[in-house]
Amino acid sequence: MPYSDKVIDHYSNPRNVGSFGKGTPGVGTGLVGAPECGDVMKLQIKVNVQTGLIEDAKFKTFGCGSAIASSSLATEWLKGRTVEEAAKIKNTDIVNELKLPPVKIHCSVLAEDAIKAALQDYKEKWANAAAEARTGAS
Amino acid sequence: MTPKLPIFMDSQSTTPVDPRVLDAMIPYFTEKFGHPASRNHPFGWEAEAGLDRAREQIARLIGARDPKELVFTSGGTESINLALKGVAEMYREKGNHIVTTVIEQRAGLDVCKRLERQGFEVTYVKVGTDGLVDVEAIRSALTPKTILVSVMFANNEIGTIQPIAEIGRLAKEKGIVFHTDATQAVGKIPVDVEAMGVDLLSCTAHLIYGPKGIGALYVRRKNPRVRISPMIDGGGHERGMRSGTVPVPLAVGFGRAAELCRELMPEESQRLTALRDRLQDQILSKVEEAYLNGHPEKRLPHNLNISFSYVEGESVLMGLNKEAALASGSACTSATLEPSYVISALGVDAELAHSSIRFGLHRFTSEEEVDFVAQRAVEAIQRLREMSPLYEMAKEGINLKSMHWKAE
Repeated sequence: MPYSDKVIDHYSNPRNVGSFGKGTPGVGTGLVGAPECGDVMKLQIKVNVQTGLIEDAKFKTFGCGSAIASSSLATEWLKGRTVEEAAKIKNTDIVNELKLPPVKIHCSVLAEDAIKAALQDYKEKWANAAAEARTGAS
Repeated sequence: MTPKLPIFMDSQSTTPVDPRVLDAMIPYFTEKFGHPASRNHPFGWEAEAGLDRAREQIARLIGARDPKELVFTSGGTESINLALKGVAEMYREKGNHIVTTVIEQRAGLDVCKRLERQGFEVTYVKVGTDGLVDVEAIRSALTPKTILVSVMFANNEIGTIQPIAEIGRLAKEKGIVFHTDATQAVGKIPVDVEAMGVDLLSCTAHLIYGPKGIGALYVRRKNPRVRISPMIDGGGHERGMRSGTVPVPLAVGFGRAAELCRELMPEESQRLTALRDRLQDQILSKVEEAYLNGHPEKRLPHNLNISFSYVEGESVLMGLNKEAALASGSACTSATLEPSYVISALGVDAELAHSSIRFGLHRFTSEEEVDFVAQRAVEAIQRLREMSPLYEMAKEGINLKSMHWKAE
């Protein structure tokens, strides 16, 4: 199957590969997929608890080229968005951007799941700190 | 020195036509174009002579007593269909049970599934972790209703070579017809239908440096005489077992390819074994947690199949596909979107089925190509591991098997 130029680009030059150190403030981690299914994505966001802006994002993916490209693209899109805006990223946006064929749509679904899981994890871990930061700031 | 790119290392899927094969074929397209069944003029005689010669050449390669025992088909898939369905229909009165293995290629398995829908019973014998079929497991699967045992000679993914002669003896002892799908084995390792007690054997030209579009089914004529029902009716060609005009140029190419394999096999299998071992050593010495799939010795000389923990197969192929053509057991590379059932049948973790890479050397593979592919594969795997969350977790000492995965 020929890959789109964008998939090849993200696969060859993946953006934001890596992990944040354990205990880094404002980090939410999403880990989705399963090894036996052939796809595991770990996606992390680092949120400024005072502004609610995603300052940085990182990923690591076990999966095919399209899965790697989907998660790489997701990290690019997450940076600079607010937590609320980030929740609006849809798998269909990823499909359109990367021109994924039908058999690869599940890669984009997994990336959307990873974003949601990272946001959820952030909220569970840092929502109180964020609330305090905002009260303190006002 | 960088060899000419891309490098073809997918010889279990197909092989290039040997130029000597093409030379033999060309006159049969233009000058000797007659119909081999035209009995009354020299054009027909000439074409028939070409077919006869091809049949002899193939018969010699597989140890058949009589060239008439070979029926030309369109390829391996058709041969397997003809063997299994032909026996099932012909021997239906005698019984309705077939014994085969879980690692047959799709043609074998899919025909068996269809026969099951038509009222046949099929036992799919499992294989060991090395991919070998236990002859005793076949013996215990046999029932008084068993009419056919079908076991592939060598596997297309892992290259494991089955104990065909032992299975042949068992089948003979029980008076059951024995078919082997030898598409991957013929021309690569010694095959002898007489010595091995094979009654039906499927093979194809394009895996032995011959053209695509032609294969053959060996059908034993003596001790015992095996009968099969035809699948294609028509002019009664191929002794009534496969009607339709035989593509003479392809058959001539098949014959010449078989002849070359027979001549070259001793030297070629040694050379490819050495190159394959070189490739294997270069990779396994540089990549930790890489596992050889299949039996380490009982294996086709040109075949290498390795699972690389923590990386998915398609992503490895994608990293190499401008430079080297390989195959993977990953779900993403299969038409069914399921990981390799062959690797899964070895009892390894499903993750390792997604992570398997198959290398296939061939007659024209050079040492430079082997060294280049080994180096590039190692680089691609290392790069992908740096990107793999599983690798990171394993390095941190997390037991991946004890994780609760949130699968879709």
